[in-house]
Amino acid sequence: MTEWSRATVRPGLGLAAPSETPVNVPDTVAHAAVTPGELQPYAELGLRDDEYERIRQVLGRRPTQSELAMYSIMWSEHCSYKSSKVHLRQFAEKAPRSSRLLAGIGENAGVVQVSDRLAVTFKVESHNHPSFVEPHQGAATGVGGIVRDILAMGARPVAVMDSLRFGAADHPDTARVLPGVVAGIGTYGNCLGLPNIGGEVVFDPCYQGNPLVNALCLGVLPVDRLQNKAAAGPGNVVVLLGAKTGRDGIGGVSVLASATFDDTSAQRRPSVQVGDPFMEKLLVEACLEMYDAQLVVGIQDLGGAGLTCALTETAAAAGTGMRVWLERVPLREPSMEPHEILASESQERMLLIVAPDKLDAVMKTAEKWGVPASAIGEVTGPEAGAAAGRLVITWYGHTVVDVPPGSLVDDGPVYARPMREPADLILLQADRAETLARPATPEALRETVLRMIASPNLCDRTWITEQYDRYVLGNTVLAQPEDAGVVRIDEETGLGVAISVDGNGRYTRLDPYHGAKLALAEAYRNVAVTGARPVAVTDCLNFGSPEDPAVMWQFAEAVRGLADGCAELGIPVTGGNVSFYNQTGAAAIHPTPVVGVLGVLDDVTQRVPMGFARTTGADHDLIFLLGETRVELSGSEWAWVVHGHLGGVPPRVDLAAERALAELIADAARVGHLRSAHDLSDGGLAQALVESILRYGVGARIALPEGFTTGSMPFVFLFSESAARALVTVPRGHEKAFTALCVERGVPWTLIGVTDAAGGVLEVRGQFTIGLDELRAAYRGTLPALFDTTTPPSVAPAP
Amino acid sequence: MTARIGVVTFPGSLDDRDAARAVRIAGAEAVSLWHDDPSLHGVDAVVLPGGFSYGDYLRCGAIARFAPVMETIAAGARDGLPVLGICNGFQILCEAHLLPGALTRNAHLHFRNRDQWLRIESVGTAWTNTYQPGQEILIPVKNGEGRYVADQRTLDELEATGRIVARYVHGNPNGSQRDIAGITNEAGNVVGLMPHPEHAVEALTGPSLDGLGFFTSILKHLVGAPV
Repeated sequence: MTEWSRATVRPGLGLAAPSETPVNVPDTVAHAAVTPGELQPYAELGLRDDEYERIRQVLGRRPTQSELAMYSIMWSEHCSYKSSKVHLRQFAEKAPRSSRLLAGIGENAGVVQVSDRLAVTFKVESHNHPSFVEPHQGAATGVGGIVRDILAMGARPVAVMDSLRFGAADHPDTARVLPGVVAGIGTYGNCLGLPNIGGEVVFDPCYQGNPLVNALCLGVLPVDRLQNKAAAGPGNVVVLLGAKTGRDGIGGVSVLASATFDDTSAQRRPSVQVGDPFMEKLLVEACLEMYDAQLVVGIQDLGGAGLTCALTETAAAAGTGMRVWLERVPLREPSMEPHEILASESQERMLLIVAPDKLDAVMKTAEKWGVPASAIGEVTGPEAGAAAGRLVITWYGHTVVDVPPGSLVDDGPVYARPMREPADLILLQADRAETLARPATPEALRETVLRMIASPNLCDRTWITEQYDRYVLGNTVLAQPEDAGVVRIDEETGLGVAISVDGNGRYTRLDPYHGAKLALAEAYRNVAVTGARPVAVTDCLNFGSPEDPAVMWQFAEAVRGLADGCAELGIPVTGGNVSFYNQTGAAAIHPTPVVGVLGVLDDVTQRVPMGFARTTGADHDLIFLLGETRVELSGSEWAWVVHGHLGGVPPRVDLAAERALAELIADAARVGHLRSAHDLSDGGLAQALVESILRYGVGARIALPEGFTTGSMPFVFLFSESAARALVTVPRGHEKAFTALCVERGVPWTLIGVTDAAGGVLEVRGQFTIGLDELRAAYRGTLPALFDTTTPPSVAPAP
Repeated sequence: MTARIGVVTFPGSLDDRDAARAVRIAGAEAVSLWHDDPSLHGVDAVVLPGGFSYGDYLRCGAIARFAPVMETIAAGARDGLPVLGICNGFQILCEAHLLPGALTRNAHLHFRNRDQWLRIESVGTAWTNTYQPGQEILIPVKNGEGRYVADQRTLDELEATGRIVARYVHGNPNGSQRDIAGITNEAGNVVGLMPHPEHAVEALTGPSLDGLGFFTSILKHLVGAPV
């Protein structure tokens, strides 16, 4: 007999008989009421004097040990958004109205309707601090956490992607962090059976002590299966489903995620959770079966802040009270005390609100999938008298918690923190990369191309991405290294979605308002070049300490930029998360908003890949550069790699141009004008050309257009990072119709060359020729040389 | 009446939907089989799909071999029931001693997912009879523990009796002995394969259509078999 099946529930049960098990008497509500002067370790738990005072006011007494633990985590920066709230409001206020949006900010994840029948949900979330302290488990549980957010909306998770930032590629600690993070993401996602379809990997010394691990999950649901978290219906049963609760992850959100790193960070390893992807897989299947059988009234995942967060949020969302018998929570360690059980961030758990007559069916489904389930409480209504609307938790008959749930969820502190433009910003912006020495000879340009494609931020990612399963579920249409991941979500109609996640810390450091817009523009463009129409946005805002006015200013500017950008593009932010305190001592990371954009493809067979197509015989496709190339080198990859330079202002943002480009590509894709399309971003045209060439081993011959033929202009043409540009190939015979469409859409176009499958080279006429083998060797060698500790087997070429 | 091919779902099976899709694309009926149910529901053949059955805890496939459905499958296999084990399914077949040898941690210690060239070495099995001898095919490989090992005598015997079904060519992705990607039992009805033919059955999602042959082969085998 399984453990949970013994845990019977008596609906309507008002009082639990105190257990016969002798326990240490915990700090009870009654005891707290008569010991107002007892000293409590609130400062150690991250609460300020005035915050502690407010808790006492709310309760009319001092909090018990359990209540103090609950307030400290719910009012932590991570859970309460106390420093960011006043800024994040803009996302809702400025958001374009969308009838597609079924659930938005404030829910576990945003839900967007994509057809009469189907909706998708997606969200990106950080797991930065845990991933530095314990890379493998930190990253693994980051995946697990975001998957449960998606699951909680009623969706089947169908894909993951991740945005990763590490310190310098050749720093010894990067060799510790990166392989651990990659293996953690791989282990968890692979074992869970979710294809990993894309993401980004960036190296910069500013992330040395604060790597960023942002995980994104995408889910699909029938429109009528949408779930919510409200614990509605007095008398309904509160069920804890999933893994047993242990001592792992206690204080994850408060101690770890809401404080700056210092020398003692390694000691916080016990605050990192430990993941079990097998249990999560069973949890997913069990929940989906329960949704389909309509067994669940409300559901919430247990993530940061564990049971505390799930209990208070579900109760607060419904405005109900809740009665919980904490001793019914199955424990990994019997010696755990109430405050530890409430604060534990043990993984793979969900909280269900179930009508009493559905409880048996819920238990049977849990048993079928081998997932422990325990009825731990019930929803209470007005009949509860003095306990009405309150969350009352007992531990073997002793009342350890008696709080209004809304006070933890909605009434947390809100700060309008001081903001000040960083003192060095004016000087930084004046130090423009456009004044740096540029390669001006064909030989120097050739060398620059080879050096750039081998640099850590531009080189081939295969060493990382081949550790992820991209095939499982059988619906992956495009995956890394493509610009966006594309999955089919309806096998009958061919409906699909595209998704990309992007950020650029350097641009945002130089100008947070426009840098955030540029991150949005890049993700939008990456989705658009697959032929999809962008419809919604999620974001993960990674910043330093909000207590530093310069960081707070960067944050406010970035949020303003992102909200304005979304309004201009006509796509709403549907959810996301904020990660502050990415800071070691006084040194903050570059402000790094990471933006995910979701697009829809009505017919995935019309998706446009990034690689030049293999044509037969003497047939060539025409290569067009779309958009305008300006002399924009500040913040560029070239300035960083070649000169170690960061200064000036980032490339100009023109969201109207981005929109025109996106619409052009979607239209052109639909009528078959495009054989390939590839976004231009870091590393400029040179990088895009090399990536499109090496995808299928098809060379290209390029002629420099007028205005870019002399002096250092060939270099500018190849390495400028002007936005709103894409590289596309058009089959012969389509060029007239295609260019007419460009004119109609107001997108500047330049015919720059032809593909050359037989030639086997990248030739820039009048400048240089590089063989594909030489390009390949430069592009592919970097990451294996840095991170491979064993000899890789030879790469399989086509026979 | 079309052939009915069972696809087993263990807790932690991941590619079961993919295997069922491949069965359907080949023109057969896919029948879901449940690990806890010993009945095979009258299927004509069985696919053990990829994944991490029971979390692959203890050892890959070590717990799955004791599932109720496996007892029926093992008994059936000895009587000629065609069984294809893919990836985790191959591991289970080895643990169940329906195939010799074992799948161990990749030599380079990483999970690796790539499009892999194989050479079909034996077309005499229930699952490979529509391929040409020596045909090279491109299908995905994805595993962390896919390095085939066996003692020298077993390897020699597999070679001598034509029981190596497929070998890695143009690069060995995991350090398998003698580049072995798949093997069969003496009767040729049980096949274990580390790479994933079910991920190469649609032009939209796979690197090729080369994987479809495994599923059309079983149809040909069943139709051609004496009633």
